[in-house]
Amino acid sequence: MPIASAPSKPLELVCPAGNLPSLKTAVDHGADSVYIGFRNDTNARHFPGLNFDAKTAAQGIQYAHAKGRRVFVALNTFPQPSGWERWQRAVDQAADLGVDAVIAADISVLDYAHRHHPELPLHLSVQGSATNYEAIRFYHQHFGIRRVVLPRVLSLAQVRHVLEDSPVDLEVFGFGGLCIMVEGRCLLSSYVTGESPNMCGVCSPAKAVRWEETPRGLETRLGGLLIDRYTPDEPAGYPTLCKGRFTVADQTYYAIEEPTSLNTLELLPELQNMGIAAIKIEGRQRSPAYVTQVTQVWRAAIDACQRNPAAYTPKPEWLRELGKVSEGRQTTLGAYHRNWQ
Amino acid sequence: MTMTMESPVPRLALGPVLYYWSKEVLLDFYERVAASPVEIVYLGETVCSKRRALHSEEWLVLAERLSSAGKEVVLSTLALLEAESELKSLHRVCENGRFSVEANDMSAVRFLSEQGVPFVLGSGINIYNHRTLQFLAGLGAKRWVMPVELSAETLATIQAERPAGVETEVFVYGRLPLAYSARCFTARYHDLPKDDCRFRCLDDPEGLIVSTREGQAFLALNGIQTQSAQTCNLLPELNELQELKVDVLRISPQAEGTETVIESFAACLRGECDPLEAARAINATLPYGACDGYWRGQAGLLQVAEMA
Repeated sequence: MPIASAPSKPLELVCPAGNLPSLKTAVDHGADSVYIGFRNDTNARHFPGLNFDAKTAAQGIQYAHAKGRRVFVALNTFPQPSGWERWQRAVDQAADLGVDAVIAADISVLDYAHRHHPELPLHLSVQGSATNYEAIRFYHQHFGIRRVVLPRVLSLAQVRHVLEDSPVDLEVFGFGGLCIMVEGRCLLSSYVTGESPNMCGVCSPAKAVRWEETPRGLETRLGGLLIDRYTPDEPAGYPTLCKGRFTVADQTYYAIEEPTSLNTLELLPELQNMGIAAIKIEGRQRSPAYVTQVTQVWRAAIDACQRNPAAYTPKPEWLRELGKVSEGRQTTLGAYHRNWQ
Repeated sequence: MTMTMESPVPRLALGPVLYYWSKEVLLDFYERVAASPVEIVYLGETVCSKRRALHSEEWLVLAERLSSAGKEVVLSTLALLEAESELKSLHRVCENGRFSVEANDMSAVRFLSEQGVPFVLGSGINIYNHRTLQFLAGLGAKRWVMPVELSAETLATIQAERPAGVETEVFVYGRLPLAYSARCFTARYHDLPKDDCRFRCLDDPEGLIVSTREGQAFLALNGIQTQSAQTCNLLPELNELQELKVDVLRISPQAEGTETVIESFAACLRGECDPLEAARAINATLPYGACDGYWRGQAGLLQVAEMA
């Protein structure tokens, strides 16, 4: 089917910020929205030294709003009973700060926000694992969610199908670290380290990581398990559990996934044409330099695509820039491309 | 005279077969299950919609067979739904009108709550606290299976606030379901595209074992599902499970020894044998060892309880 040339509603560019400098640079370089988290386990990037307290969050929101941009707060982990007050406080705090949306996954958090702050827009986090329109309808019916962030498991045709019957806007991942499992349904990290995204807001946590120079090469370990071993000429990567080289029967290979990043620049016209509302950039744990670079490229790409979708093609310099900040310096279309599955 | 409050004896359940077994193997397995002391049997394909060992009508025939053998039958639904055809099959299962259903995705929760029938929440539904459980109980959930990464300590807190009339089920034996993906890891191993996988899952009745390059086995690939290589065995925790008023104990079918495991749990529940000794005998047969780390609030692959 030819791509229609009539410009549709522009895609919203949603960029990550792990601190105030990242938020500011995202806004300065063309993010329409920025998503942040608080400094505790209420969000899925609960890393030391990262995230916002009440003061920096207020400054960030003020900065973004002054330039007509929006700020979302991710409260997308699953509270265990003993920690409930932290999630409750985080929802209240987000509402008090005047954020533009809360991105949540747990039913008790969504329910609390919906009942106590009916004016606070809710997005279903990717951690909510809604991979089909009936699941989306559930969250819309009960909590009035206005948007859903789709897990990175659907092909482009499946995304289109979900969109046709979804009662709310869709946000999809465009670039960044690639979760290969359905988000919100992966316990690999806690199986090996005791800490998972759902419970603790971390995956393959740094405190469980060891780097060791050995006669066999540089070895990376997670919770004591050998994740990878590198020859001197191989670039070493962070030992994310699903991206190691393991042995299955007679083969040693990336049994689950290669160290690679998602990059969907070439899908922009299709995503825009089908009516996706927003593109999300992964990486709240990354540096302000990463945020600057990625925001710049995606702003330029979205604008070019919006101006003339039929003539749009990703510029080589955009791909080069994104390649530099990609895991393993390689990118993939991930599940959007059926053959990857 | 003082009365001691005895916790009711938990019932044994057999979870759905998570692997791809042929029709003959499945039917033969369930014939033996019919004669076993499990009270509840979960039936259905939950991992991959391409697996068709039994058609939906055949599953229902099997359900009737087990029901007439005195089992409570629950139909389990697919965990990861992406295609319209999968939603249609899900709808049919939810509307079967005869057997109750275990929801393994929120789409199933939606269908079942709209019909106003009581249902079971599978371990893949993220219930990490009693508020979430309370909400879903309000929609008709009559039983929930605790997410496998939660600990006994967390369970105790949830049990203290558990909504009236809701049963708690714990995954006590089997390879732990850890993750689902769009990618089929079995097809990837065989270097086949997912759409032309040639049903290679049939080759490995307990999946493909993943080891580190030091030979430490830790995961098992089962199509789009990733499991633990270690077998969770909470038989030594039987007393604690009873004290926590767990209503149902789930044994997840493995290719070998499932009936023996069922017999051991049943004998321990009848007080005829010592759980630790029985667990020791089972663990000696496990090729990659046992684990109970999640139950103890630690890394899932650890075996924390002293078995010596």
